[in-house]
Amino acid sequence: MNPDITLKITDREGILHEIQAPTDMAMNLMEVIRSYELAEEGTIGICGGMAMCASCQCYVNSNHQLPEMSIDEDMMLAEAFHVENNSRLGCQIQMTPAMDGLEVVLAPES
Amino acid sequence: MITTDILIIGAGPTGLFTVFEAGLLKLRCHLIDALPQAGGQCSEIYPKKPIYDIPAYPEILAGDLTDKLMEQIKQFEPGFTLGERAETIEKQEDETFIVTTNKGTKHHAKIVAIAGGLGSFEPRKPPIPNITNFEDKGVEYIIRDPEYYSNKKVVISGGGDSALDWAIFLTDVAASVTLIHRRNEFRGALDSVDKVQELKNAGKITMITPAEVKGIVGTDKVEGVAVVQNGGEEFTIETDHFIPLFGLSPKLGPIANWGLEIEKNAIKVNNALDYQTNIPGIYAIGDVNTYPGKLKLILCGFHEATLMCQSAYKRIFPDKKYVMKYTTVGGIDGFDGTRKEAPKAVVKKIE
Repeated sequence: MNPDITLKITDREGILHEIQAPTDMAMNLMEVIRSYELAEEGTIGICGGMAMCASCQCYVNSNHQLPEMSIDEDMMLAEAFHVENNSRLGCQIQMTPAMDGLEVVLAPES
Repeated sequence: MITTDILIIGAGPTGLFTVFEAGLLKLRCHLIDALPQAGGQCSEIYPKKPIYDIPAYPEILAGDLTDKLMEQIKQFEPGFTLGERAETIEKQEDETFIVTTNKGTKHHAKIVAIAGGLGSFEPRKPPIPNITNFEDKGVEYIIRDPEYYSNKKVVISGGGDSALDWAIFLTDVAASVTLIHRRNEFRGALDSVDKVQELKNAGKITMITPAEVKGIVGTDKVEGVAVVQNGGEEFTIETDHFIPLFGLSPKLGPIANWGLEIEKNAIKVNNALDYQTNIPGIYAIGDVNTYPGKLKLILCGFHEATLMCQSAYKRIFPDKKYVMKYTTVGGIDGFDGTRKEAPKAVVKKIE
């Protein structure tokens, strides 16, 4: 069994949460955040994880080697608001052992 | 006034299937949706994406699911009020309801079924500090009447199909069209991208990329927009209209003020029985409701719609006896006079 990994998530109110995420359930970061209810339902993962709404945008503050950005994610971020150089869509970051220690801040709701 | 038995708010898959289940009980339905077409998210967000968990469909495109549902409910002649948002609800003395849309269309129904998904789709507004001061004073998030821009200077912002399509369309109407996008790349249909390129080469569209509108200039109305291109100095472009087209996002909206119990941006219902809300006669089905163990799945919405219709029937006809009948046994009698039924067995003697 794959071990859980630890993530540091700062929610939209600025509160830091240190949480454990499974790596064997094909979960992505957006889904982990929803499973811990760190953002209000209906304000995150609206498109379900298809990189089509940017409601799961977050800023990645650690130096992890992230999965390469797909064209869909890149173009969605091109139309999202509050975008920074370290913006990613949470739904496109899969939970793998390499993501252990990932630090992210949720982008404002828009 | 539009009158019906069940008024369904939201024409997504759950709302559409409700028409079928209601039709089996000889109840008529009318649907309201803020979008200009039926299908909800399936049509608006991901029509070309496959769904794999609709029973008996190993794979179906979301757009095709909508088409199939429309076909399935056709004989029950649902009415539609599209492009309007349900705004207010008034319970009448006889326990019926009048629902009025943002455009003033009134609907009178015995039962209200809210199948509103994540809410009605509203344009996403860019976070420009003074933008709300200029709404309808030169800032429009939706183009309602293109002629409104006749001989006006127009700035469009966005990188998707609607930004491209409207930029193309307005070149024939407006005095000038400027398209601003944060990237040099656009994700619209290839045809549209090529057409914009052509119009740019012909000097009919001014493109400013990679750039972003940071502010709006004007006193009583839009006179210009402040633009930053490629991280450079802010500059102003004169314009009469600024049209940000950044897609739509769902908001629960006015329904949140109908006196219904809301939890986690969803409407609480009684899932032990019939998905009724805290207001008798108002039901909530599909993604818009919540109860312990709720799953936002289309197939769960179908189930909820089915139970809700049985309860609606009992509410409308409390004294009538009824038991559920299989469609294979009873066939389907449409309100349009059509009848579908299982073929009769053929009996023939062998000599």
